[in-house]
Amino acid sequence: MTPRMLDVASKDFDIELRLLLEALYLKYHYDFRGYAVSSLKRRLAQAADRFDCATLSQLQDRVLHEPALFPALLDYLTVQVSELFRDPSYYRTLREHVVPVLRTYPSLKVWIAGCSTGEEAWSLAILLREEGLLERTLIYATDINPTALQRAEAGVYAVDRIASFTQNHRLSGARTSLSDYYTAAYGGAVFDRSLKGHIVFSDHSLATDSVFAEVQLLSCRNVLIYFSRELQERALGLFAESLCHKGFLGLGARESLRFSSHEAAFTPVVPEDRIFQKR
Amino acid sequence: MPTSRQPSATPAGRVDAIVVGASAGGVDALSLLLPTLPADFRPALLVVVHLPRDRPSLLVDVFSPRCALPVHEAGDKQSIQPGTLYFAPPDYHLLVDRDAHGPSLALSLDAPVHFSRPAIDVLFESAADVYGARLGGILLTGANADGAQGLQAVRRAGGVTLVQTPSTARASTMPSAALAAGPVDFVLPLEQMPAVLRAWGNGGAI
Repeated sequence: MTPRMLDVASKDFDIELRLLLEALYLKYHYDFRGYAVSSLKRRLAQAADRFDCATLSQLQDRVLHEPALFPALLDYLTVQVSELFRDPSYYRTLREHVVPVLRTYPSLKVWIAGCSTGEEAWSLAILLREEGLLERTLIYATDINPTALQRAEAGVYAVDRIASFTQNHRLSGARTSLSDYYTAAYGGAVFDRSLKGHIVFSDHSLATDSVFAEVQLLSCRNVLIYFSRELQERALGLFAESLCHKGFLGLGARESLRFSSHEAAFTPVVPEDRIFQKR
Repeated sequence: MPTSRQPSATPAGRVDAIVVGASAGGVDALSLLLPTLPADFRPALLVVVHLPRDRPSLLVDVFSPRCALPVHEAGDKQSIQPGTLYFAPPDYHLLVDRDAHGPSLALSLDAPVHFSRPAIDVLFESAADVYGARLGGILLTGANADGAQGLQAVRRAGGVTLVQTPSTARASTMPSAALAAGPVDFVLPLEQMPAVLRAWGNGGAI
């Protein structure tokens, strides 16, 4: 029997949740107030359990007075385990419908918003190298969690994940073997340093920061599902502003522009794979 | 969290939504249950069936032609419409959120629960939070313990709960685990469920 977690359905939980999010914003300048509440509640209930707090108020007290706790709490709130070439058909569609247009640019900028531990950044770097475009490309991989960014930058993934990565990569229309891009060492697969020269990992918040570059391709997958409609709206506004004319936007397999006022700014390229082009 | 609600055989009050969880043998069980619901059935139905993660779900194709109610795969941020059936998509958790327009669907890629994504517990707990007493929870056949905690969350929030009689389930582990986790309002074989569901929809007695 697993220990009973906090009852997220209690009225006090809602009050404590709002107070905790306000405290995190005031103390650490991380703004989770626009996140979708249902997932946030689950994650915070798990965090409270992990830190032996019977209530979110106790968790708030600890995180305010023990700054060392904050990075661990941030992991609960943000970390998303992905895979290399997750949803292979997304990458296949990029190769077929987006890469031919990208080839027409003398230099390329790509933004991966919410890169978490880097799986998508490395996947895109590999894809662009296979397509002969990486040498002219700079990839910005951004996230709000500094620990996740460090892991993303290290590019080391457990060896037991490599089989599924390899399978995904093959299904993505690979022109090479995934093993060309990593070295196995100490139980980990270390991705190629020459790819990393084209990726800038950096801190950026879709909730509080603004646009920093004009890009031809922007991939933000399975991040918007964690946002409220209002915060989605803000993020999509940033994306529309950052993309060049006819630039491409890729979203997660279950995300859409349907509820956004920015929908009219984009044309679907391959709707099943959630790839859109700015008008 | 202690339960303050006494067991009751005929909870009163109409429900606005019904959450349903099933695993092994679930599609066959749902085939006996969902097509019996009439076109004027008011509550929304949110259904999690454990599925292989790497294949598209055929649930909408299977149930659409056989059900009087509109059938959809749940999409993120969709408003939940009454009298509509939503299936969780494969490899995402399905949750209930609340936005300015009322209850809405939310998806997440958080870690699997009971090795499952979608997990029944995740749907039931979040739905209990949003709907409170205006929720029904149903747990059917299955070969693991997912849903047991979620069903108790539905009950703690004042909702009404129903478990398939384990001896009538293709796989009895899931309904048995639900009964072991705490009291539920109804324990019934599939053929007796449609009448109860219709009563929940009308707010009337059984």
